[in-house]
Amino acid sequence: MKTFYWLLKRELWEHRGGFFWAPVITGGVFLLLNLMGIITGEVMGRRHGFNFAFGGADNNMRLLNRALDKNSMDNVGAGLDMAMYSPTLIIGVVLGFVVFFYCLGALYDDRRDRSLLFWKSLPITDTATVLSKVVTATVVAPLIAVAVGMLTGIVMLLMFAITLSFHGVGVWHLLLLSHPLQVIANLVGSIPLYLLWTLPTVGWLMLCSAWARSKPFLWAVVLPVALGIVIGWFNLLGTIDLQNSWYWRNVVARALFSVFPGGWLSEVPRVGGNNPAEVLSTLSVTHTYVALASPNVWIGVAAAAAMLAGAIWFRRWRDDS
Amino acid sequence: MSAVITASGLSKRYKSALALDNISFQVEPGRIVGLIGPNGAGKTTALKAILGLTDFSGELNVLGFDPRKQRDKLMGEVCFIADVAVLPRWIKVRQAVDFVANVHPRFDRAKCEAFLARTKLQPDQRVRQMSKGMIVQLHLALVMAIDARLLILDEPTLGLDILYRKQFYQNLLEDYFDENKTIIVTTHQVEEVEHILTDLMFIRDGRIVLDADMDAVGDRFIEVMVGADRAEAARALKPLDERQVFGKSIFLFDGANRATLEQLGETRRPSVSDLFVATMKGTYA
Repeated sequence: MKTFYWLLKRELWEHRGGFFWAPVITGGVFLLLNLMGIITGEVMGRRHGFNFAFGGADNNMRLLNRALDKNSMDNVGAGLDMAMYSPTLIIGVVLGFVVFFYCLGALYDDRRDRSLLFWKSLPITDTATVLSKVVTATVVAPLIAVAVGMLTGIVMLLMFAITLSFHGVGVWHLLLLSHPLQVIANLVGSIPLYLLWTLPTVGWLMLCSAWARSKPFLWAVVLPVALGIVIGWFNLLGTIDLQNSWYWRNVVARALFSVFPGGWLSEVPRVGGNNPAEVLSTLSVTHTYVALASPNVWIGVAAAAAMLAGAIWFRRWRDDS
Repeated sequence: MSAVITASGLSKRYKSALALDNISFQVEPGRIVGLIGPNGAGKTTALKAILGLTDFSGELNVLGFDPRKQRDKLMGEVCFIADVAVLPRWIKVRQAVDFVANVHPRFDRAKCEAFLARTKLQPDQRVRQMSKGMIVQLHLALVMAIDARLLILDEPTLGLDILYRKQFYQNLLEDYFDENKTIIVTTHQVEEVEHILTDLMFIRDGRIVLDADMDAVGDRFIEVMVGADRAEAARALKPLDERQVFGKSIFLFDGANRATLEQLGETRRPSVSDLFVATMKGTYA
């Protein structure tokens, strides 16, 4: 157990840039852009004698209060919640790229620079090594991304609230309409879904990473794509009746793009709605866990287990040559 | 005590070539074995087999473990330094020490820090900022702090200057080696290790061509310096090798009668490098 903890720590030491600094910088840039947007809005608004917030004149509060019947109050709250989610969505995309390239290099880079010989000179099983990398990609990295995303979201919320308060809308009044705890619970609660959903991609990339003697990226991408093209070609000739689109959606996409969070929503019926509150309620974990009823998720997990077993086997026997 | 390594019928075939050709040998505890051979002779393959880093056919027992099946347990008792620069380039001195201290049950942190204190290495220095010599110092400090029964060194001083090389072997002898430990070392710089070796193993084309302890080597191989007038007589005794120095001929004999040779000229024990060159004659031809 102690060894496993240090193996995780090792991965973070090596990949601090991807797992920590990439989300932090993304969050920072996101905040900066929003700040610029707010300032632009303020300046433009002033220049045109137009009040930015809620489009009103000088009687915002009165308008706001009149507007805030139960229903639209929900919507303002939902809008604020959306604002809190938004940095995490962007950071999630960055996370997808980071995890993709991390997995491709995880069992390849140390063979290339021969530091494999150092790691293998320590009393650590290959299974523990590979699993520590899987846990890093599927649990540790998303946890950091969610934590950074949440902090950015809260800062952004404060930024908007403070701006609105200059226009006569009470900060606390607005903040009370949002549901930060619920947002946090939904994001943290999505990590197990991310883990299960992303496993087939992690498994495939790590298998290529452990197996390829060179250029794991090419193997990982070219192999499934080439197979898809061959299937498409046979379809065109009409010799066999293979479902081309099925292959692209259920094999290629699951093997390469499931590292991007939110993919599991394709397995959830009824996502979306007519207003922000409705959209958000369909995105809450109480609703999205329906995805676990889909065989797609579990077939993916089973395939991942097989591919990771392969990765461990190759890790055991591939040396630095 | 039983043998540290017992190999019998060890073979390893790469796609094109036979790297190990049915070799058998034993290494006893408390020895320093030099595994010496030309490039591509199979030294590294033999070491990789011992370390469980590669598959092979035949029987191999290292400290009671089968390296193919119990590599992780074996690594608790065996340490390994490959040729320089296999430490990951991103790691800091502090991280390397922390990591090994926490995953290796036989690591003595205080000992490691004492070794590091004798070097210029700083805790926050990364491997990528170090010279080759410093990387080896760090690796050696990590390895010497592990109470292992077998230490394997594969070209440990490759590319180091003479100061680092001398210091490397000196540290190893003074602060590490004792009768419970065994060291196997491969190197091309034969002159630097020959005075510390207790056993010599020559490997050529995947076969062991010489396996003897140093005393036996001294008994078996004799070098004679013979004047030009007696050179023909010496040649008649079928020497392994002949070379000319200052108008005299130096002959190297394997298993010849010492008394006979002493009549021909001055005898002495050949250096390992001369022996090596004579044994490996024609390897690259």
